[in-house]
This record gives sequence, C-alpha cells and structure tokens, in this order.
Amino acid sequence: MAAMTELASVPLGGAPSTTSVDGRAAIELRGITKRFPGVVANNDIALDVFAGEIHVLLGENGAGKSTLIGILAGLQQPDAGSICVHGRPVRIASPREGLDLGIGTVFQHMQLVPSLTVLENLMLGESSWQPLQRGPALGRFRELSALLGVSIDAHAPVARLALGEQQQVEIMHALWRGASVLILDEPTSMLTPQGVHHLGEVMKRLRDKGVAIIFITHKMREACALGDRISVLRLGRLVGSIDKHELATMSEQQVTDRVVDLMFGKNGQTDRGHLEPEGQTGRRNPSRIERRAAPLLRLRGVTTAAQPGECAVQDISFDLWPGEVLGIAGVDGNGQKHLAEVLAGQRAAISGSIVLREEDVTRGGVAARRQQGIAYITDERHGEGTVGTFSVATNLVAKEIGKPPLWWRGISLWDRIHLHAREQIQRHDIRTPSERTPIAKLSGGNIQKVLLARELTARPALVVFNKPTYGLDLQNTQLARERIVDGAARGVAMIVISNELDELAAVSDRIAVMFRGRLNGIVPNDENADRRIGLLMTGAAA
Amino acid sequence: MRAVARVVVPILLALGVSGLVLLALGKNPLAYYSDVLSRGLLTWGGLQATITRMAPLLLIAAGLVVSFQAGIWNLGTDGQFLLAGVITAALTPVLVGIVPWSIAIILSLIVAFAVGAAWSLIPAFLKASYGINEIITSLMMSFLGTSLANVLVKISFRDPSTDVPQTQVLPVADRLPRLFGTTVHSGILIAIAAVVLVHVVMTRTAFGLKLRMVGANPRAAAHAGLNVAKLTFATFALSAGLAGLAGAVEILGVQGTVRADWNPAYGLLVVPLVFLARFHALGVIGFTVFFAVLMIGGESASRRLGVPQHFVLLLVGMLLLFLALVDYLDHRRRLMRASL
Repeated sequence: MAAMTELASVPLGGAPSTTSVDGRAAIELRGITKRFPGVVANNDIALDVFAGEIHVLLGENGAGKSTLIGILAGLQQPDAGSICVHGRPVRIASPREGLDLGIGTVFQHMQLVPSLTVLENLMLGESSWQPLQRGPALGRFRELSALLGVSIDAHAPVARLALGEQQQVEIMHALWRGASVLILDEPTSMLTPQGVHHLGEVMKRLRDKGVAIIFITHKMREACALGDRISVLRLGRLVGSIDKHELATMSEQQVTDRVVDLMFGKNGQTDRGHLEPEGQTGRRNPSRIERRAAPLLRLRGVTTAAQPGECAVQDISFDLWPGEVLGIAGVDGNGQKHLAEVLAGQRAAISGSIVLREEDVTRGGVAARRQQGIAYITDERHGEGTVGTFSVATNLVAKEIGKPPLWWRGISLWDRIHLHAREQIQRHDIRTPSERTPIAKLSGGNIQKVLLARELTARPALVVFNKPTYGLDLQNTQLARERIVDGAARGVAMIVISNELDELAAVSDRIAVMFRGRLNGIVPNDENADRRIGLLMTGAAA
Repeated sequence: MRAVARVVVPILLALGVSGLVLLALGKNPLAYYSDVLSRGLLTWGGLQATITRMAPLLLIAAGLVVSFQAGIWNLGTDGQFLLAGVITAALTPVLVGIVPWSIAIILSLIVAFAVGAAWSLIPAFLKASYGINEIITSLMMSFLGTSLANVLVKISFRDPSTDVPQTQVLPVADRLPRLFGTTVHSGILIAIAAVVLVHVVMTRTAFGLKLRMVGANPRAAAHAGLNVAKLTFATFALSAGLAGLAGAVEILGVQGTVRADWNPAYGLLVVPLVFLARFHALGVIGFTVFFAVLMIGGESASRRLGVPQHFVLLLVGMLLLFLALVDYLDHRRRLMRASL
C-alpha cells in the first residue's frame, strides 16, 4: 500500500486559489458534443472550471447536465470536442482514468454497497493484488472526516447510515485518492433542510482548500446560495454564465431574473410576470381558512397493509377544510405513496375511517371516490398515470370509460371523444401534434398537463397531488403550483405530497411530516416551519 | 407504401431462405412453392379446402386477438378446442333426435362455447387472485384437456357400434349446411362474423377499451378504477369460448365425429399468425388465408415432392424472424432520421 501512504500527504486541490494567480482553469472543455439516437444531449459546450470555486451547473431536466458529467467522469466519450485537465489535453476513457486525473464524482443515486461497511466501501477500487491494509485507510478516513467536519463510524454498515451520512461517505469516496475536482450531481434531493445546510458548509470548506467543485442542480435557491459561478444549460447548449464578480454584485432576484432570461429568452420575462404568486420569502401568503365549520375530510386511524419493499401508513389522522392546501413533507419512502393511494381508493385501509362531508367512504374503490369528488394525480406519469401507447384523447378520458356522454350504451363515440380532447388541449395549452398522438411522445410537462386536465375538469372537492412537479421544467413547475393555489382559492381542498420543501412552502397552509408511515406532526406554514419540519423529518418531535 | 414493404419484404426473405433450405434437402423450391399455390389456391378443390380449413383457424384467432390485446397469453386453446369438440360430437347426435335441427345446432354451439370458457376458469382464477403466470397454467390445462378429451372418446362417449374408438357419427345431413353448392360449410360464415365482431368490440366499445387498457398497462388500469380481476375472467371466458366454438364448428362442419387421438393442434399454430398481424383482428384474416393455403397446398405438395409436412412450420418461423428483424431495422432507421 505504498500508494496509500503517499496519498495521505497529497494536499487536496493542487495549488490553492489559482484563479487570480494564473487564471488557468482546472478543467477546460471546448466544443464538447454528444449525440444519442434522436437527441443531441450536449451541443458544442465550452466550460471552464476553476480551482477554489463552486461552479453551479443549472438546467432543467433534459438540458444535458448528466451527460456532461458522465463525460467528465469517464462514463461516456464525447463525439467531438476536447478536455484539458490542468492545462494538459486528456482523454477520459474510463472512470478509473477520471479518478486518476483527480476528478471525483458523487452521483444522484447511491453508488455505495449497502452490505459493506463505510471503510470497506472506501477501500473498494484499490489494487486487487495486495492484502487489505486497514491502517492507512483508517488514517485517510480520519483525515477526510476532519476535513469535511463529519463524524461517522468507519465500521458501520452503510445500510444503517442516514441518507445524509451516506452522501458524506460518497463525497469521501470521491476525494479518496486526492481529487482536485469534485462533481456533485443533484445532491440535495434527499436531504433534510439541516442536511442541505451541512452539505453547503462541507462544500465551502473544500472550496477554501482549493478543490474545484461542480455542483449540479435545478433549484435556483441553492444555486444562488452556494455558487461562485453559475452556468446555465438548455437543451444541450451552454446558454450563458454568470461569473464570480458579477454574482457578487447581484441580488438573488437579479440572479433569478438573469437565469430565467438565459433559459427562456425574453419571453421568459413576460411569462414570469404572473408566474410567482408567492411573496418575497418564497412562502405562501396565508389564506383564510374557515376552521370553525366542519372539515371536508376527516381521517382517523387509517392504516394500510405492509408489503415487502413498501412503507405502509399507520394510524394516520388529520382533518382538512375546503380551500385548504395541506402539504405532506418527508423523505421518499416514508409512506407517502400508500397515503396517496388510500385516499384515492386504490388501496384498501385495513383499519381506520375516511369521512368525506359526514359520509364514511372508507370502503369503495377508485370509481366510487371519483364519484364522491376525490381526484388523484399520481407521481408515476408513465408507470400508472397514462397508457403510453394510447392517444392523448384516450388518456384524457381513461377514468371515464363507458360513461355518457362520450359512451352510449357501451359504444365508444370516438368523434365526441376526439372533440372533447381537442377542447381540453386548447384550454390547457397541451403541446401535442394531435389528439391522436400516442401520449408517450409528449414531454413530461405536457403529460402532466394532461393529468391535470383529466383530474381537475371533473370539478373535484379534493385533489391529491403526488410530487406534482417532479421532472418538470421551470415553466411547468410554476404552472402546476399556480393551479394548486388558484384551485384552493376557489374552495377546492388540496393535499400536496412532495419532497421539495420550498415547493411545499410556496403552496401550503399547513405542512404535515411523514416518518416511517406515521404522521409525525402538522405545522402551520410560517417562518418556523422549515426548522420544525427538519426535526420532524428525522423522527424527532417538533 | 412503407407499411406494405414492411410486410412484403419479410415474406420474400422468408420464402427465399426457406427455399435455400429446400435446396439443401435436394428439392426444387420453385416447384414446391408453385405446387403449394396451385393446390392451395388455384384449383377449385384446393380453394374450397383452404376456405374450409380457415373456419376453425379464424375462430381461434379471434379468441387470441381478444386475449393478447388484453395482455393475457391464453395458450390453452388446444385443450379448449378439443374438449369442446368432443362434447359437441357426443351431444349433437343426441340433441338432433330430440329437438328441431336448428335448435340442436345452436344449443351445441352454445355448449361448446361454455365448455371452452369453463376450461379456462382455473388459469383465470389463478391469474386474477394470485397473479400466477397464465402461460404455464393454460398450457398445463391444455395437456389435461387433450387427455381428458381422449378419455371421453375412448370410454364415456364411445360409439359401441364401431370397432374404431370414436364418438357417434353425426350424419352428413345433420351437419352444418354447405354453401351455394360448394363443399365449404357455413361454419366459415360464423368464423368471419366472429372476427369482425371481435374487431368491433375491441375498437369501438367501452369493454374492448378496458381490455386493451389492462393489456397495455395494468397499473394504469388499476389507477383508472378498472376491475382488473373481473376483466381477467371475462377475457379468458371470451377467448377460450371462441376456441371451444372453433372445436364445435370443425366437428359439425367437417369431421362429424371425434376419433381417438385426434388432435389437429390448430391452437398453437394460430399463435404466430396473431403476432404477425400485430394482434389486429382484421389483419389476422390475411395471414390466416396465407397459412391455410400453405397448410392445404403444403399437404399435397409435400406428398408429391417428398418434402416433410413440418416444412410449413419452418416457413412460418422464418416469417416471424424476418418480420421482427425488418421491424427492428426500420425502427432504428427512424430514430437515426429523427436525430439529424
């Protein structure tokens, strides 16, 4: 393990703060192009990444961020273009070569082996011929722990760690062999607010040590809070950058405006005029909910059956009033799916009661709930929300098959169905070549519009949204949030399940937190909400 | 134009490669193919035999279209066909003596449908309640059905007046009437009506749309509030019922009796045809014509030229292979075009 001891003394980041000294970037990308069948994922991208800087790569889903990262990590080869690392032209032919060059990557989905311990995971990738030497590895582990300011048990199996800790181990893994460049791909999606804050601190420490950090996100708030430099990707192209000096002089609002400009061109500005209903803090302005009247929905002790790999809900109780938006927060996998399904009638409650307007509706399936005025917009648009091979028109009426006026005695009146579809497409601005196009060809945003059209047209009394803006671009995200707030203003009760706290802050009146299948607490959406929610998400009492 | 090429090219390729196989066997492919064509299609006797053969094939195909579009792989059609055929063969001669002829025929057809449907109850139940793969269960039921049919012929329904074990023969006068002085029986009309009905139901009714939805995305069907279990039972019943009806039509139109160990095994032969037609009810008619010509023409061409009977299966297999290949290449070509 001679190599190990050498590395223990390699400082991170090469030369500290090179930006102002010689201006040469740690990584220079020129003309990077990558094509896949049917799409140009990266189109002639030029990017400079400097040491001692947090370079934020901002872009919507489908902008090409993951492809670019794949190229830097050695997972893909560009079809054209050049990469220079510390001034030397290189070819990153494999992940090992990327690591050898000092580029460490932390991907969005966990790459650790859950059954091995922290230390064993970190030692993976060492030479296979030499016997395992824990000593030097432990030394390196302690060094990195001090650097990152974390304390994790090196001998704990990874599966037992919390998500935030697992991510810290992944960062250590990326830095293990002395990385000068650290790439983080959407690291905050699974973290509590405290976790996000801690990650920010860790990144700043690394930056101050001279590491070049590439931070990929689609969240504006994080970009502004953490970025020294922001580059915006759109549809495979780099559409603009805001460098360090500019960023320092701009306010968050100005940065947001500039980024939206880059993403959408001048149209974005006029569209945005009515796109942000929330106040300066990004939180929903409080609305008046008449709580002295009887609630619309009352859940008492609702429990579902546990199934392998899923988290069932246990003993859920809450009330919901007309026109109220109840946000359901919590890390994925804490029972949110079961909650949504039991409300929608897709899953039976094995105990407890669901009372809608004084009527017990606990028994009864999807059709009955729809009849009673409960609509459900699923998070899995392709998996269960739509049938990909069916047309947009058919999907729009998928929950009404056989019912008049579009069906007469069981016979499908396709002319009427297509006319109905054309009206909906017009009204909801669904971008599709025709109402007969198979819905799988539409973009995620337009599929979501179809789902919204389908569920909201029936004028429901209660709508359950499961991750309504997942995978959507900025415009469609704003649109969805608008619909929620507008609907609530008209007296429709909403339940919004999401793992993005700023989304819940933007639309909710109250926010409930799910933890291990239980409702751990409900807090009003005020200034203290974030802190209290963070606590509830970890299982503590608020 | 593109769609035509996508079907014609694989057919030509399949004929070509199969022709090479014939050459390897020392036979003249052109002679074989022209014989098949003339004896299957271009002679009056051959044409009638082909159309007669199509009747059971179309009925089974109609049942498979319903089943496959609903995402259910009913591979038990042979058992359903045979069992219903045997019960028809035993029942009809008895009924004819009791009720007027037309009532007897109609009752027999209904019973045959019911027998076929009943034989699919177990796979339907296992699939609906436990999600057990119907490919295995329906095939197993098919083995059981075939054996049971044989036992019934040899023991329960055996006609004591003959030496050869078989059911009581239905007199020719009581069988399904011939059409317009040909040897083609009216069962073909029932078959065509069934195919057209299946097409209309699948494309133009709520029931058909529900079945297609379960077939395309069962989770979306559950999400939309459809009763997937009930639809599963309905699909099996319809599909197996039509296979049973095919058995009855073959007995009442052609055979008049079931001899021991008789099993034409049309059920599994029709499966590739339904795939070739991409589960399209009206499209299946074309492929069925093609296949019936091959079967009838192939039977006599084989005898004349000494080509094994199973060569026809080779041809169908080649067709499936080349169709899939052409489909895949076309798909890739479209993707490449789109990225430019």
